[in-house]
Amino acid sequence: MNGEIEALKRKAYQLRRDVVEMVYRAKSGHPGGALGMADVLTVLHYKFIRADPKNPSWPDRDRFILSNGHTCPILYAILADKGYFPREELWRLRKLGALLQGHPSTAHKIPGVEFSSGSLGIGLSFACGVALAGKIDKRSYRVFCSISDAECQEGQTWEAALTAHHYKLDNLIAILDRNRCQIDGPTEKVMALEPLAEKWRAFGWEVFEIDGHDYEQIIFAFEAALKVRGRPKIIISHNLLGKGVSFMEGDYKWHHGAPSAEEFEQAMRELAQHMEGSP
Amino acid sequence: MELKLGEKASLRRAFGEALVELGEVDERIVVLTADLAGSTNTDLFAKRFPERFFNLGITEANMMALAAGLAMSGKKPFVSTFAIFAAGKPWEQVRQAIAYQSAPVRIVATHAGLTVGEDGASHQMLEDINNMRVLPNMDVVVPADAVETKQAIHALKDHDSNPVYVRLARAPFPVVFDDNYKFEFGRAKVLRRGDDISIFACGLMVYQSLGAAEVLAEKGISAEVVNVSTIKPLDVETIVASVSKTGAAVTAEEHQVIGGLGSAVAEALAEHCPVPLVRVGVQDRFGQSGSAEALIEYYGLTPEGIAQAALRALEREGQR
Repeated sequence: MNGEIEALKRKAYQLRRDVVEMVYRAKSGHPGGALGMADVLTVLHYKFIRADPKNPSWPDRDRFILSNGHTCPILYAILADKGYFPREELWRLRKLGALLQGHPSTAHKIPGVEFSSGSLGIGLSFACGVALAGKIDKRSYRVFCSISDAECQEGQTWEAALTAHHYKLDNLIAILDRNRCQIDGPTEKVMALEPLAEKWRAFGWEVFEIDGHDYEQIIFAFEAALKVRGRPKIIISHNLLGKGVSFMEGDYKWHHGAPSAEEFEQAMRELAQHMEGSP
Repeated sequence: MELKLGEKASLRRAFGEALVELGEVDERIVVLTADLAGSTNTDLFAKRFPERFFNLGITEANMMALAAGLAMSGKKPFVSTFAIFAAGKPWEQVRQAIAYQSAPVRIVATHAGLTVGEDGASHQMLEDINNMRVLPNMDVVVPADAVETKQAIHALKDHDSNPVYVRLARAPFPVVFDDNYKFEFGRAKVLRRGDDISIFACGLMVYQSLGAAEVLAEKGISAEVVNVSTIKPLDVETIVASVSKTGAAVTAEEHQVIGGLGSAVAEALAEHCPVPLVRVGVQDRFGQSGSAEALIEYYGLTPEGIAQAALRALEREGQR
């Protein structure tokens, strides 16, 4: 178990380096949320998701739907690492004619991307549709949907929450990136969300709350959530925006924006040190 | 349901019955509504195939994105609610989840246009053709009567590469077609041949335009009436061929003249064959309460209104 966790941690820091380099080279993007979600998404994609990079349309694959699409650099880094497309594509992010769009796109046929997100609040409804199709066809796939905390300000998120409960979509697991930051500042200052876990419980969901950088908690939450039957599940992951890069950590201003050359060097150095610290 | 020419028949009913027929032959058909199963007649499908029918409650935005999820997981979803709640309220979800992804969702909107009647302006969707045809990947179909509605729904069963918006009304429309009519997606149909003016119409206004042609005939004017039931992709070839012969055109629709069929035809004529054009429809105004018949009269969507528009177009043609 410990060896496995150390390997996953190292992988997460390697993916974070890709995130920082992508945003640096693109000169724009959203590094903060992507870095904060790196641990929980690494555990999900490298330990739990059943999929085949060589056959991205395999009907029984687990679906991963990134509703908070602006955090896509971490998803792109994972997909490239798994071999869905060549790593060189990462360095063309956001450029004209590139495969990797500024937000995830099925229209541009990005292998491994299941949903075109970017407009917040829509992905969980789409995930409900995919989960419902799985129920109708009695397929074994699971649907994982990442949403952000500020997406819970969108009314549609709660429409989807009602729906998943009403249709007992227990093949749906939402992962909520609770980093308490949005573009204009702290979520509780812009539009307060607390008590957030109680809201989801009141909507009939099985709620797990974890420290999104504690691997034992992350693994436990996914294992437990996968066992719950009869209702949808949500893992509220308390994440640190910008995790791993000291000057980004917890600063909502890094919700979006590219690092300068000096900042890039420092970020890559810090992330390399973290990697080495996880032998 | 036996349909007689000229007698009124419900488009919604035709839609509901067609859905049941489709459900019998293709188990991938699923039907969604947002608390309007009875009003959209999707309750017919619900009774026959309860396991493939999903009432989403009043969550239109959610329903549109969810339908995209079903469509991209191998289902053939038909989504039905009132036009204002299909092409208005959840427009951005339709754009993002359905059109942008080219998810093959069939959106069948009922209660479009003025003929909603007594409910008034809040429910009289007069901008939906505009809202839907502007979206890349989205096709737009407006059947003229119950016969064409049933045929169109059948034709759209295998419309699997991109989404489509179908516009129906609450009020029953006079039956225009007999069983020999054949709906062809993407094709406008000349219903009456004429030499002096072309009338391009959709929906209820096809019947009204056939009436206008009679009015004009009494004045010695020969009008060609064309049913443009597919508004996108527009059958430019048939439209241009008609005006090349007649030299003047009228459009007629139960929709704002801005952005609907009138705009679509104007765009085609301006690029390919500019001729005098007069657009009959709602002239940049909101509707109001009243019976369907009274509203049609008040807003000038009558055979006489269309005939007068034709005379104005011919007058302008004469001045050229």
